[in-house]
Amino acid sequence: MFAEFGYGVLVVSFIVAIYSGVTAVYGAANKSPALVESARRAMLLTFPLISLSAAVLIYLLINNHFEVAFVYEVTSRSMPTYLKITAWWGGQAGSLVFWSWLLAVFTSAVTLRKWDRDIEFLPWVITVSAVTLIFFLGMSVFFENPFTRFWLVGGNVEPSMFAPANATVFTPQDGQGLNPLLRHPGMVIHPPLLYLGFVSFVIPYAFAMAALITGRTDDRWIRISRRWSLWAWLFLSFGLVLGGRWAYDVLGWGGYWGWDPVEIAAFMPWLTGTAFLHSVMIQEKRGLLKHWNMILVILTYALVIFGTFLTRSGVLSSVHAFANSPIGPFFMGYVTLTLVVSVALVIWRWPILRSETEMKSMLSREALFLLNNLLFMSILVVCFWGVIFPLISELFTGQKVTVGPPFYERATAPLFSALLFLMAIAPLSAWGHSTIQTLGRAIWKSAIAALVVTVTLFFTYTQIPGALIGFFLVALALFATLHEFWRGARARQKAQNENFFTAISRLMGRNRRRYGGYIIHISMALMAIGILGIEIFQKETQGTLSQGEQLNIAGYAIEYRELASWDSQGEGVNYTRAVLDVYENGIYLGQLNPRIDYYFDSQQNMTIPGLRSTLRDDLYVLLVDWQPVSNLGATFKVYVNPLVNWLWIGSLLFLFGIIFAAWPEPDEAEEPARVARSVSQTSAAD
Amino acid sequence: MKVNKFFIGGGLILAAVVYLIASSTQASAEYFMTVDELKADGASAVGKSLRLSGAVIGDTIQYDAETLNLTFEVAHVSGDNNEIEAQGGLAEVLYQAVNDPSRQRVSVVYVGPKPDLLRGEAQAIMTGKIGADGIFHADELLLKCPTRYEEAVPEQAATN
Repeated sequence: MFAEFGYGVLVVSFIVAIYSGVTAVYGAANKSPALVESARRAMLLTFPLISLSAAVLIYLLINNHFEVAFVYEVTSRSMPTYLKITAWWGGQAGSLVFWSWLLAVFTSAVTLRKWDRDIEFLPWVITVSAVTLIFFLGMSVFFENPFTRFWLVGGNVEPSMFAPANATVFTPQDGQGLNPLLRHPGMVIHPPLLYLGFVSFVIPYAFAMAALITGRTDDRWIRISRRWSLWAWLFLSFGLVLGGRWAYDVLGWGGYWGWDPVEIAAFMPWLTGTAFLHSVMIQEKRGLLKHWNMILVILTYALVIFGTFLTRSGVLSSVHAFANSPIGPFFMGYVTLTLVVSVALVIWRWPILRSETEMKSMLSREALFLLNNLLFMSILVVCFWGVIFPLISELFTGQKVTVGPPFYERATAPLFSALLFLMAIAPLSAWGHSTIQTLGRAIWKSAIAALVVTVTLFFTYTQIPGALIGFFLVALALFATLHEFWRGARARQKAQNENFFTAISRLMGRNRRRYGGYIIHISMALMAIGILGIEIFQKETQGTLSQGEQLNIAGYAIEYRELASWDSQGEGVNYTRAVLDVYENGIYLGQLNPRIDYYFDSQQNMTIPGLRSTLRDDLYVLLVDWQPVSNLGATFKVYVNPLVNWLWIGSLLFLFGIIFAAWPEPDEAEEPARVARSVSQTSAAD
Repeated sequence: MKVNKFFIGGGLILAAVVYLIASSTQASAEYFMTVDELKADGASAVGKSLRLSGAVIGDTIQYDAETLNLTFEVAHVSGDNNEIEAQGGLAEVLYQAVNDPSRQRVSVVYVGPKPDLLRGEAQAIMTGKIGADGIFHADELLLKCPTRYEEAVPEQAATN
């Protein structure tokens, strides 16, 4: 009854989305504001409709309606209610509805904005959003229906939406339960944040397409989509960071990023999005790279769909992938279709997207931004190559060959290093024209400071060349950026006669984008410290200890005390928890409690590390095995991850930086002319 | 002239990226192999980075908790997903592989804690190298126990 109702509403929203898309095109073609308005209202209607359908699904999830196949797959009686709700995005069928629902949220929000200055975009923004929505709803309606039920037909159980002949509904006693790895708080919000990031990139794409179709290719679309992209970028970044932290906390391999195809799938739109956020500034300030920005937005959208496809289709095996599904070819078809149509539109509008000026100096800000874009695209190419390489090699040689993390690390390390270097110098160069001399004058102090740091590290910490180069670049980027803050604040202090702190807070408040960007640069440098630490200096050891025995690693001693194992019937979990004493150079530091949680319903383990975290290093201990008689011994794997905390500190600062930059400015309505702005912002290399 | 320097710069970057990708691919490529392919290749597979998949034979698992020495044998299963689906899914294919004495087998050595999922009829995906003695030395060991998650239709149905 509920299942039919939920499905019915889903079908209705599918039809409404089709109506909205068709009416919008028809209204635009016939210049009929009434039709466009009708399309707009239909689009608005999809949000309550999909919400209703989702509410039914959540009702079924919460109330143990295991006759619904999706509910059976992702919940069980022992799961707490909040996890039953989040199970909505814990499986294939539900997560597609979740995608559609988020898209409806965003398209509703965008159709409610003030359209007076850009009304000609409206029908096309609706059309593009509607097409995307139709695609995802279609997936749910025809292939991955979350309301499919089990039917008992002559002794066999069959999943089906509608009752087969002579069938009765079959309700299993209990569900399979959500994969325990997905029950971690980080995992509860990691997928929705990634999806938010994915889905909100649909809007910039919709505006880009609207600009191409209407031929209004001035800065308007870029101004609107810039802010959307920034929020999308925030969610995507947040999702990626949380995913890393989750992996570190529960996957039990001492790492945070495994170059898994699905991680890369989420990382690729982040790369093009980041490139776009940089190159969009060149278009705003200098009127250059208009074609390029279009291509970046299109690419980001295609990568978003492609990323969803990789997680959904089971084409690539990965910890993230859901089971095999028939929807793969449809996703591929859709990605291809949108790419072809979008690129055709860009080619059609090529002449009116001409640059307004020319790029002259190789060291000008715009040239360095272009270089930054090339580096991001190079990393993208590396990632893309790594993901599709097994498919390509099989096609051409018949031999299935794959590349693992070493490939990505080796190929991207020089590119990331170059990005760090650019991060140090690009903000110091001027728009239009810069020379070695002006740049040198701006950076020599930071360079000397960075050199001092590097030499100090050489004598006290490490002699590995790669690490030293890395630390030098990090220090250079940090000092150069901090110097920018200092210089800006000093200039304002003198001009306005304010004290230093008033000056720096007003300076930042008045130039949110610029200083938000700098905060992000600093956070990137901090994250780089953590990554260098764990990638280059990670140490590990393992061993089986009997009570009172010790394992030694990097100055730490870990002594095995005891182990306890008990069932928690209410939660349906068995906990096995070890108690370890930790010493450093003979001094007692405290206890660690690595444990293994065994979930009865899904028969799966979750390995929770015992973690002691400091700014210098993390001691990360995993319980891997134990003897039946627990005091005989237990096996531990121990990692020491130097500096990794800086990765998380940097991540937090990173999110703060994006929010700072994206926060609406009060006087945004008045946009000064391009010339005036470019003069005021050329202050850098003075 | 001005255009040229941008093109030269871009060209240099492009060349560097192509070189990076090509050399890194070569340095870290891993060849997917099934047990049959490995046996057929014989000595030519020795020393290459391989990714081998097979069905774990439960009786052969031996583990020394003191030295963390883990040995077991895997039997051949197809590497083609479509073929596996056609034969009734991964769980069925693994079951048949383990219970078919005529299948080719390879001995595997792994040093490290014994993974919880290692048991008979699990699919092991191992990266490592094959020694001249025909024993596969795994550096990394991934396991899949498909029966647990992919069973879309509840079993208890038929009996109830």
